Parts: sequence; C-alpha cells; structure tokens
Amino acid sequence: MIPAAFDYVAPTTLEEALAALGEHGDDAKLLAGGQSLLPVMRMRLNAPEWVIDLGRIESLRGIREEGDELVIGAMTPHAVVGEDPLVAQHARLLTDAEAEVADAQIRHRGTIGGALVHADPAGDLGAPARALDARFVIAGAGGTRTVAADEFFLDLFETAVGEDEILTEIRVPKRTGWRTHYEKFVRVKHQWSIVAVAVAVRLEGDTVAEARVGLTNMGNTPLRARGVEEALTGRPATEESVAAAAARASEGTAPPSDLNGDAAYRSHLAQVLTRRALMTAISGGTA
Amino acid sequence: MTTVDDRSVAEAEIGRDRRRKEDARLITGRTRWTDNITLTGMVHLAMVRSPFAHARVTGIDTAAAKQSAGVVAVLTGPELGEEMGVLINAWPITPDQVTPVHTPMAVDRVAFAGEIVAVVAARSAAEARDAAELVDVDYEELPAAVDLKEAAAATPENGGALAHPDLGTNKSALWIFDSAEAGTGSDVEEAIARARTDGVVIEREFRQQRLIPAFMEPRSTVVDPTGEQLTVWSATQIPHVLRFAMAATLGIPESKLRVIAPDVGGGFGGKLQLTPEEWLTVALARRLGKPVKYTETRSESLMSAHHGRDQWQKLTLSATKDGTVTGLKVELLADLGAYVAIVGGGVPVLGAFMFNAIYKFPAYHFACQTVLTNKTWTDAYRGAGRPEATFGIERMMDELAAELGVDPLEVREKNWIKHEEFPFTTVAGLEYDSGHYEAATERAKELFEYDDLRSEQRRRRESGDPVQLGIGVSTFTEMCGLAPSRVLGSLDYGAGGWESAQVRMLATGTVEVVTGASAHGQGHETAFSQIVADRLGVPFEDVEVLHGDTQVAPKGLDTYGSRSLVVGGEALVKASDKVIEKAKPVAAHLLEASVEDLEFRAGTFSVRGTEAGISIQDVAGAVFAAHNLPDGMEPSLDSDATYDPVNFSYPHGTHLCAVEVDTETGQVRMRKYVACDDVGTIINPLIVSGQVHGGLVQGIAQALWEEAVFDESGTLVSGSFVDYLLPTAADTISFDLDHTVTPSLTNSLGTKGVGEAGTIASTPAVVNAVVDALRPLGVEDVTMPCTPQRVWQAIHGAGSGGSTPGAAMPHFESGGAAGNQEQPGASSTEGAGQ
Repeated sequence: MIPAAFDYVAPTTLEEALAALGEHGDDAKLLAGGQSLLPVMRMRLNAPEWVIDLGRIESLRGIREEGDELVIGAMTPHAVVGEDPLVAQHARLLTDAEAEVADAQIRHRGTIGGALVHADPAGDLGAPARALDARFVIAGAGGTRTVAADEFFLDLFETAVGEDEILTEIRVPKRTGWRTHYEKFVRVKHQWSIVAVAVAVRLEGDTVAEARVGLTNMGNTPLRARGVEEALTGRPATEESVAAAAARASEGTAPPSDLNGDAAYRSHLAQVLTRRALMTAISGGTA
Repeated sequence: MTTVDDRSVAEAEIGRDRRRKEDARLITGRTRWTDNITLTGMVHLAMVRSPFAHARVTGIDTAAAKQSAGVVAVLTGPELGEEMGVLINAWPITPDQVTPVHTPMAVDRVAFAGEIVAVVAARSAAEARDAAELVDVDYEELPAAVDLKEAAAATPENGGALAHPDLGTNKSALWIFDSAEAGTGSDVEEAIARARTDGVVIEREFRQQRLIPAFMEPRSTVVDPTGEQLTVWSATQIPHVLRFAMAATLGIPESKLRVIAPDVGGGFGGKLQLTPEEWLTVALARRLGKPVKYTETRSESLMSAHHGRDQWQKLTLSATKDGTVTGLKVELLADLGAYVAIVGGGVPVLGAFMFNAIYKFPAYHFACQTVLTNKTWTDAYRGAGRPEATFGIERMMDELAAELGVDPLEVREKNWIKHEEFPFTTVAGLEYDSGHYEAATERAKELFEYDDLRSEQRRRRESGDPVQLGIGVSTFTEMCGLAPSRVLGSLDYGAGGWESAQVRMLATGTVEVVTGASAHGQGHETAFSQIVADRLGVPFEDVEVLHGDTQVAPKGLDTYGSRSLVVGGEALVKASDKVIEKAKPVAAHLLEASVEDLEFRAGTFSVRGTEAGISIQDVAGAVFAAHNLPDGMEPSLDSDATYDPVNFSYPHGTHLCAVEVDTETGQVRMRKYVACDDVGTIINPLIVSGQVHGGLVQGIAQALWEEAVFDESGTLVSGSFVDYLLPTAADTISFDLDHTVTPSLTNSLGTKGVGEAGTIASTPAVVNAVVDALRPLGVEDVTMPCTPQRVWQAIHGAGSGGSTPGAAMPHFESGGAAGNQEQPGASSTEGAGQ
C-alpha cells in the first residue's frame, strides 16, 4: 500500500491553490480530507504527479449565515457540519445525513466538499444537497461561479467542478422548521449506502405543504424523487397518502446491481425507505 | 529460610480475572511486529502477481524494472528454479490424492488470480513497488475452473475447465467414513430406506460460503542470512512447523535454521500456513546474501492468503415418526482452490467426526470429495471443518423439528447423549469423555427467557407484524485440543500433536516458562503464568512466559485447533511438577529433614508438624549457589515435559439467538444472544469471555455478512474491506454469556479448548433464527450470508434467496486525473422528472 511518488504542495490561500492547479493541471489532484483519494493512491489506482493539499486554507472552513442561506466551507469536516447548531436549526437534513457518514474517524477527517466533489452515488451528502437545492460555489482562474444542485452532479464520480477549479462553498437555503429524516440502508454500519432516502417536509396543519425527497445510490448521481414530491404536496400527512406517494420513489431511477443487491431489489427498497423516511419526518422525530 | 507462607485459597490464580499482561504492548504497538524489524543492509521485496485466474505465462520482460531506481534484483520462476523450493501438503487425506506441484512462484502457468510471477528486490519498499509496476508479463488466458460444482463435474472428455490440465481431473481426493464398515454403527442406506416407508426423511443442500480469515496484521517475513544460522522472522502461527518444513524442502539443515514468530497480530488459522512469500523471502536472502523483508498489502492478503470454508453439503437425515434419529448421510464437495495447502483437504475431514455432534445416530455415512479450482487456496479458518459440520447438523435438527411440528430443543433433547451416558463412543468413533447438555441447555433457556420470546413470536405472527421474530438454537459440541498423535497418524497427518514445555527456576526466584505453543493474540502469557504461579506457589508477576522462537522454545507444535491450553497447558503442569520433585530433596537437605516428612503447599516446603519451611524460590537460590546440595545432586531445578494427549477435548454448549426480520426489506437485526458454554475448568474468565465474544461475532458474520465472491473469470470481487464486510462493534449486540463446568477427564486441569467454540456454535444459531422467523411464510432455508436481498427474495418465493450478483460497486475512481476519466459501466441517468 505504497503510493507512487508524487510532489506535494500545501497552499495557504485559495489563490495559491488555484495557481498550483493551473500550473500542474492534469497531473494534479486536490487533497481535501483524503478519505477516498489516499486509498486510491495507495492501491495505485491513481498516481497524480502533484497533490495539492487544501487543508491549510482557513477560508475554506467554517459555517456561517448569510441572509436566507447557510454557507458551509467546502473543507469543513463532516463531524463539524454534523454537530453545528446553525445547520441543525436551518438545514436539519444535513445534520441527519452527516450522522450516517461512514464511521467517527472518517467523519473527523473527511470533508463535506471533498465528499460532494468525489460524487460517489453511494455517498450520503448528495441526496440531501439535491433535496435542499443547495448551491455550489466554484472558484477558477477567472473568478467564481455558482451552480445549482440539479446541475452539479453530472455522472459517476463527475461533477460540474472543472479540472482547473475548486469547490469553495456549499450554500444551503434555510428551511427552518422543516421536518427531516435521512433513512440509510446498510448491512454493516460503516458501509456505503446500499440505498438511502433524504426527506424534508413542511407541514401546514395536517397537510404536507412542501416535500423534498433525494435518493442515494439509485443511479449514477444523487437523484430527486420528484414523482413522490408531486404526489405528496398538498395531501394530508397521513400514512395512506405517504404510502401512495412513496410507491413512486423508483420512477425513472437506474439503480446499480452489485454484491449488496440487484436493481430490482434496490427499486423496492427505495419505495419502502421513502415511506419510512417520510413517516419518521412527519411524525416529528427530527423536527 | 522462612516460615510457612500460607496463601489462602482465595488467592488462587486459576479462575482469576487477570488482565492480560501482554495487552499494553500489543494494543499500543510498542513491540516487535515482524514489519517493525529493520536490519542493516536490508532489502525489500515486492511481488508481481497474476491478474488472471488461469493463464499460461508466455513472456516476462523485467528489463525496465531492473533499471528502476534502487532495484537490486528482479527474478522470475524459471530464473530461480529449484532455488525457491516447493510447498508441501502435510495431510494427504488418501493415498491416491491428486496434488498439484506447488512452486512458490509460477514457472510457466498461473492457477489463481494473485499467484506470484516475479519478485523484485530493492533498497526500499517503495522502490520495490515502483519497479514491480514496470514488470511486463504476457499471459495467454486459459479456461478457468471457478464454480465448485462445475469443477467437480469437469473431465477432459466433457470439455469442462480443469484447474491443472496436466492432472486430467479437478478431483483431488474422496474420503469416506461409513459406520457399518468401521463397526461403529449400522448401515445408513437401510436406515434411510426404512424411514422413507415408516418415518421421516429430511434432505437438504446447504452452501458453506467461502470466507477470508482477515487477521489484523498483514503477513510479513524478514530473513537474515548473514550469520552462521539463517534466521527467519515471520508473522506466523507455526514457527516450529515452518522450521521443519523449510529444512525438509530447502536443503538447509534444521540446525542451521532459526525461526521466530515475534508478536503476531491474529491468525484465526490464516497464519497456519507455509506460504510462497516465506519461501521466496528465504530464496532471495540466500541468493543476495543480504537481509530481506517482505510485507504484504491488505489487497494481497485478501487475494492470496488462504481462505476458509467453501463447501456444498448434501445431507440426508432419517428419523422415526416420534423424532428419534436413525441415520445421517453426508455428501460434501469441498473447494481446495488452486493448490492443496498444508492442511488443505484435511479441514473437511475434521468435520467427518462432528456431523453426528451430540446426537446418538445409530448409522452414519460421510463422504467428502475435495476439488481443485482456479481460486485462492483454502485451509483452516477458526473452527476448521467443525463449523461446517455443526452448521449442517444444527440446521438439520431444526428442519426435523419443523417437519415434526415440535420445539427444536425438544427434538434435540430426545436425541442427545444423556449426562449419565458419558463416556460415550460416538458413531464416528470418538470417545466423548464428559459433557452435560441438559445443564447447559437449562441455563441458556433461563437466561434467554425462552418461553417469553416464544410468546412474543406467536403474537407477532398472529398480528402479521412486518417485523417477525425468529429463535435459533445451536446445541453444539466440537473436538479440539489437536491432537492425540496416534489419531493423527491413523489419519495420515504428517506430524504428531504433542506439546512441549520447560520451567526454569532463576537464581533470584523468578520463573521462566517456555512453551512450544505460539501465541498470536490469545493471551497465553497471562493464562500460562496463572497456571505456573498456582502450581509452584509463586507470585503471578514472577512468571515470564517465553515462546515463538525456535532458539528459545526449541520444541513445539504451535497454536491452532484450540490446543494451547489443553495440550500445552498440560505440558506446563507436568514440567512444573518435575521442578517441585527436583526441589524437594534440596529442601529436605536444607531443612535437615527427610524427604518423606516434607509437604509442598502454596510455594513452600515444610516439615510436617513443625514451623520449619523453605520457599521454592529460596530453594532455587540455594541450587544456583550450589554450596550445600545433597550428594550427587545436579545444580538445576529446570525441567522439561512433552505431553501427548490421549484424547481430544470436547467443549459444548447451548446457544440461543433471537433475531428480528424486517419482512419489507429483508434486514435481519440481532435481538438477543445467549451462550452457555461448557469449556471445563476456566483458567481466566476474562480471557474466556474475550474468546467467546470474538468467536461469536466471527460466526455471526458468516451467517449475515461475510462472503468471498469470485466472478465468472475467477477474479476476487470482494477484494477489499469495502466489499468484504467485516462487522465492527457497531453491528453487534451485547451477548449474554454463562458457563457450566463439566471438567474434561483427559487432562489434569480439566480444561477444554475455547478458541473456536463461539465461531462453531453461532453460525447455525443465527441462520436457524432467520429461518424460524420466516417459516410461516414458507421459507425453509436462506443461503449464507443472509443478506437483506436474499431474505427478501426467500420471503417472496425465490427459494433460499439465490446467488449474489457477481460485481462490486466501484467506490474509487481509477486512472487519470480529476474529472476527465471514463468510468467503466457509466451511463447517463436522469432522476424522476428532472
């Protein structure tokens, strides 16, 4: 488990990091928490000539409020996001999902931005980010641009972040008072999601005023279960209407088949887990 | 001279919860693991391994690798030739066993994915790895024998793939035991025929999936050829066996070989092996004349260190209508992988003696066909043959109970050996010396609150609860403490089963204990210190246990098969007793008394009826000085003993498991697990609990999580811990443990082995519980591991849940730089209504 030789640079500002990226381009890899990159390098599945460590750039860490949004620095560790009171108050779904990421050691090393840019469809942050309509701030040599969650995830391990760009912030619209739940299905606790469902609902009395549902590992990217959202919006927050809506969870998905289950089983799971996630959220478990 | 130090019984070391004295260094890593060893001028090896399961090697270009920085040598199989020696199978189970020649490195053909084709030596481990990447090997793929059943059926005539085409068959050996022929019982075919007309016949086929031992410390070997002796450090369970085998196959006189197993990080049988990597490290050290180190990566460990289990079991059980068993017929196919490993084919044969378990079968037939395939070789893995057998019979007893509509404990009680029937000679020909199945079962039921859980199960069934409750039973026994040498000889095993010990009294009164058992995490240093401290009456802290170095512990047969305590521990007792006997005349001489008037108690020789006494530690000092010894007395108390057991030990117990099965998802959750084990006299309850806890988790993991999966081309798909699912503490529940104590009659301490019991017992308890939960839904088996998908499919009428899809989901992008790589199998997916 010895990686191929590489050169290492640890810039302290975003500008320096972008300059290093511009200089080494194709031959460089950005190191965030290293929870996916380092194993890949050690197994020699990837051998970048340069590793640019973002760990010393203070401006990429931290969580703050900005108007109607929460702004989460891309280099903020999972554990920090998971324990943050602002996140718990305004984007509870992220709190729920962060608690389910891998194990405690990985949550302390791995970062929210690193996980999102890695874009493993079985990762736990993509579905909540899509369900919450997060926006992604991407810095490049020419300045920054902001990409909506729907346009961020392009394919397996592929996002809108270009080779010469760096994800700097995740901006999450505040959804204060929404009821949320992240239902993750695994065989052993530290495993990647076989399927997971992220839900956030806003109730008005006994009616579901708004519903947002994201799916983990039901395709090459995190997905929105818009069929479920449509079926539930404006309906009574009852078991019957939830079950009817959840039955649409696998519409339009293309789940993988692997050692943990085939596509048909995953489609079935998505429906069961969506129903359970919605009922848990509605009953106020994590309001 | 001192007065009598009357240590109270409360201070007895045996039975005391001593914290393990070795743990501080093992846990902190401030110790000598093999990979921590660095010698002057040492070079490092990296292996080039075949990615193909079966291929002809048509060319190897090592030119670029030889030019790479720091490289000292690059060698291939043909280049090393006879210098690399050959690996041996120590247990040919039949005289006509078909055994492929196994060289440490392929010469012209590879027979499994992971086989070594070239070895690189370089100044640093990183340089060796870099150069290994530059070795260019040309392969011509051959058809691979992957599936066990297909491999068993393949012949040159039907065109089936042969693992070794030159052998003309994949069948290695057929081993048969028949109770009618052996005179231990009657004819099983008659029993089955009778039951077909007037009784019950249960026929089932079970899959024992392939498992990977997954010890914590990867294997590592360091060889130093620079002295008069060749010194080998290796992360092995078997330093003594390794020394013998190297001497026998490498042309090195045994006296010129020193083998050291320093602290070893687990094995579970996985380090009970003579490995190609060890042989190659020796060969390179001898050729280069320099110290050489090789440490495997985790990926290499998973693909090339031996695997375990991997059987198909066809079982036929006959019984009368009242549930009395009348016969058991066992037909096994066992997958050897590409080569016959050191114990290889012998592992399923150990199971031959255990399928009948604790039950009084009057007729028994066992046949095992071992089969060569183009997969990683298989050998001992915690339990080795006995978990497979116990799974088979305990599943069958539950099936019999279900067929008869009675409680599974009732059908067991009807058939088990009663306490008063011991010693009992079984239909497989073993004599069980002691046991008390009634007591262990009674206690387990009580702890489990069996009747309450059965009531809850009824309620959930009646209400159609989506979460069903299942209760699984396993009333296991096993044979361990390997082993009486005569029995091993009768089975054509290549060695005996004795164990050696030495007790040395040092001048200052402390004690060095040498054992031929070779600990790799079990806690021997602590438990053996307790035994000797009690026997000699010296403080626990004064006892030092030495092991794992053929120069320090010159004789031994190492650690496997739960043998260290029951065989090695007994040798210690005998050596300690000899020390006392040698000390006695010295004590008498010093006390100016006659030997007949002395008694030895709590470490002190005293003259009966007087206050005069001397401690054995003071006697040791006097013997060291040798100023005043009896005439003709040699100035040494040191004593050796070698103990050959007369029988195996037979731990047993009753395990009860409750699981909740989510019928909507197929997810199985542990609810309660009770284990009441009888491991005879317990030396250290804390260590025993640790062994039982760890064993249980390993057995539960076979039931629910672990499986080594190969794809059709013979590539190990579960080749990392992303896909080979080892459980952690987060996946288990707190177990309820208790013990009954029925001392073994075959050793003086009354101990039975405990290292494997938990693993042997727990797998069927869990699967029985899963099936029990679902039986009203028409389910009568779920293939292991009982994945959620398999359970769900079983509920929905797809038999036992079918096979595992043969692919692993990639979780790591590979090749290229950020963002621009092509992903295999990637396709554009749009979510619902996006």
